[in-house]
Amino acid sequence: MNSSQLIGITTFTYLFSTILYAALFIFKTKRLGPLATIFTFIAFLIQTAGIGLRWLESYQIGMGRAPLTNMYESVVFFAWSIILIYLVIEWKFKTRIIGAFAVPFAFLAMAYASFSSGITKEIVPLIPALQSNWLIAHVVTCFIGYSAFAVAAGLGIMYLIKNTSETRQSTNDSTLLGSLPPLKVLDDITHKTMVFGFLWLSVGIMTGAIWANSAWGTYWSWDPKETWSLITWFIYAITLHARYTRGWGGTRIAWLAIFGFISVIFTYYGVNFLLAGLHSYGSSN
Amino acid sequence: MKNKNPIWDFFASVKLALFTLFFLSTTSIIGTIIPQKETTQWYIDRYGEATANLFQILSITPDMYSSVWFLCLLGLLCLNLIVCSLDRFPGVWRQIKADNLNTPLNRLEKMEPQCRWQLSNPPESSTMALKIALKTNGWKAEERKLDNAFLLFAQRGAMTRTGVYIVHASILVIFAGAIIGSVLGFKGSIMLPETKTSDKAYAFGTNSPIDLGFTVRCDRFNIEFYDNGMPKSYRSQLAILENGKVVKEKAIVVNDPLSYKGITFYQSSYEAYPEFSITITNKKTGLSETAIIPYQQQRSLDKSGLRFGIINAEAQGKVVSKMKIWMSDDKGEPSLFWLNDGEQVTVERPQNNFTVSAKQMYGTGLQVGKDPGVWTVYTGCALMILGLIVAFFMSHQRIWLYICEETDGKSSILMAGNANKNKAGFEKTFQALTQTIKKV
Ligand code: HEM
Repeated sequence: MNSSQLIGITTFTYLFSTILYAALFIFKTKRLGPLATIFTFIAFLIQTAGIGLRWLESYQIGMGRAPLTNMYESVVFFAWSIILIYLVIEWKFKTRIIGAFAVPFAFLAMAYASFSSGITKEIVPLIPALQSNWLIAHVVTCFIGYSAFAVAAGLGIMYLIKNTSETRQSTNDSTLLGSLPPLKVLDDITHKTMVFGFLWLSVGIMTGAIWANSAWGTYWSWDPKETWSLITWFIYAITLHARYTRGWGGTRIAWLAIFGFISVIFTYYGVNFLLAGLHSYGSSN
Repeated sequence: MKNKNPIWDFFASVKLALFTLFFLSTTSIIGTIIPQKETTQWYIDRYGEATANLFQILSITPDMYSSVWFLCLLGLLCLNLIVCSLDRFPGVWRQIKADNLNTPLNRLEKMEPQCRWQLSNPPESSTMALKIALKTNGWKAEERKLDNAFLLFAQRGAMTRTGVYIVHASILVIFAGAIIGSVLGFKGSIMLPETKTSDKAYAFGTNSPIDLGFTVRCDRFNIEFYDNGMPKSYRSQLAILENGKVVKEKAIVVNDPLSYKGITFYQSSYEAYPEFSITITNKKTGLSETAIIPYQQQRSLDKSGLRFGIINAEAQGKVVSKMKIWMSDDKGEPSLFWLNDGEQVTVERPQNNFTVSAKQMYGTGLQVGKDPGVWTVYTGCALMILGLIVAFFMSHQRIWLYICEETDGKSSILMAGNANKNKAGFEKTFQALTQTIKKV
């Protein structure tokens, strides 16, 4: 078995996890809960093995390098860290319903990595500019941040759905949305997840700057990719300040979580494809 | 003690911060959509004369991010940070340094979480015992005797209140580093042919020469390829000379530059020349000679009189991988043979054997930069991470124990506490602590 097969399997296991969590959410069959968790955890282990194997394979074909250096590999890592962060949240906050809103992001990322024609799955060697440990640190830290923001956006969506239903009808455990965690809890987890993501995004921007400085002698050049990562960082900084100092919460923070994640997607994906061709290395990761 | 000056209040306000950050984010987008640092003609061709003009008037092109208005926005952010910190920090410092043993009883009674219990000893000995119990649990308590009661106070992480200010200061440090770099530093480049030297670099944009203050020489440039033809590494063997003497040598690759006296040389590009360095060694006499010859020209060596030339080559673009050499020592038919770039062959001649090696000549493209602000920027980054961790994950936790005398020689205890953040976490700590020290 090779790494592509293992990673390919993960796409389907995450789809199945999504279905399990959705069923748990819709039918409220409590027994499904542990099953969904265990299944997702196994899928996560398979993906971990897949990523590890890919690493090994790159050594076997004589270009040994961490599997984190192109679009395909970074999307796979993105899905991996979303699941990791989600599992930690599930374990820490003892609530499973969030899975129905977080795991789909991992599935979508994997589906995109597996089925998009624009993405090469081959293990290609690294051009000189990408041969740097700072690059590895940069990709890992950025994507942990991005994954946290993905989960925060999922929580934001949950919040908004629950909030609209609560204003229309009184909460009642028998309704579909009654099983969602209370608004206050959702608000709190969203905030904590964004704080976590903000810290990692900050480190990600810094390691990227150090990498750029060691390769080109400029730690910041207002390249579109850099600029968009800064814009994303500003959006989350605004969110933190609005919450801490102006007491924003609830719906507004939920919207900002979603809005911030759109900016993340644009930084990560949009810049490469919509603004491509302006800067040579903007599209290199 | 709020300063009531409205201008001060304006610059100290978080509203202004939100506005500035929002405005910076939205305007930053413009420069990612409209390509930067192109020529005036390029903008006219792409957007038409009128639009290109408008962009120029608004300083959106050619370099929006160093335009006056953008720098003003960044300046406003800094000013806002400074005033806001000056406005708030003294209050925070007072809280850190506060005499918490002065806290009145009625405030403790209202504090959450709290816990009350009784001990069978009189207050004096209860206080002693509690103080020891607190200490073994990691809380170093201070004590004050009040009228027929005792107050104990202990705290953790008072300094963590400065976390936010470390974050904000770190942003100023990063800006300071950027300013140092742009005032005292430069960025340029040189194209340095192998074996040649330069004591100047040429500034980006203007191309004006910049004196390095020493000489840099490229001894050798190499490209390695992967099996599939992608470049694997670009390597330049550089030497730094002062007064004609080599003072430093290093082989640089992308991501591993050479620094000397604050000036750093980065591998950035290369040029392949239609010239070759050929070394021929006479195996019998050991005489070795090197000559640099252009493509398809005959040359003879000074000492041995050998004549040779490169009559054909296989190349990918301008990079030659294999060349065909013609060589004659005028003793018998000339030799004709193929040789890989950078490799050596033995050529057998009727009266003598020779080893021949040949290498294409390159020029290495170096980026040259001096940025004395980099370490300030990195220090700012480190400070920011430290500050973020403190601000996000640490809190200032305080506990008070009020021990007063009951009528029958017993003592009753009120324990109360608070934390400035993560109140749920603190409540757990508080409960656990009460459980252990109640056993005193
Ligand atoms: C990009 C720039 C900025 C960043 C990254 C930043 C970061 C932070 C962080 C991480 C916090 C901590 C929140 C917490 O307590 O966990 C914070 C709080 C705060 N920031 Fe900023 N900040 C920035 C700009 C500003 C500016 C320009 C102001 C000027 C008014 C400001 C005013 C404040 C205030 C008043 C607080 C609350 C302090 C408190 O809780 O006592 N920030 N900031």
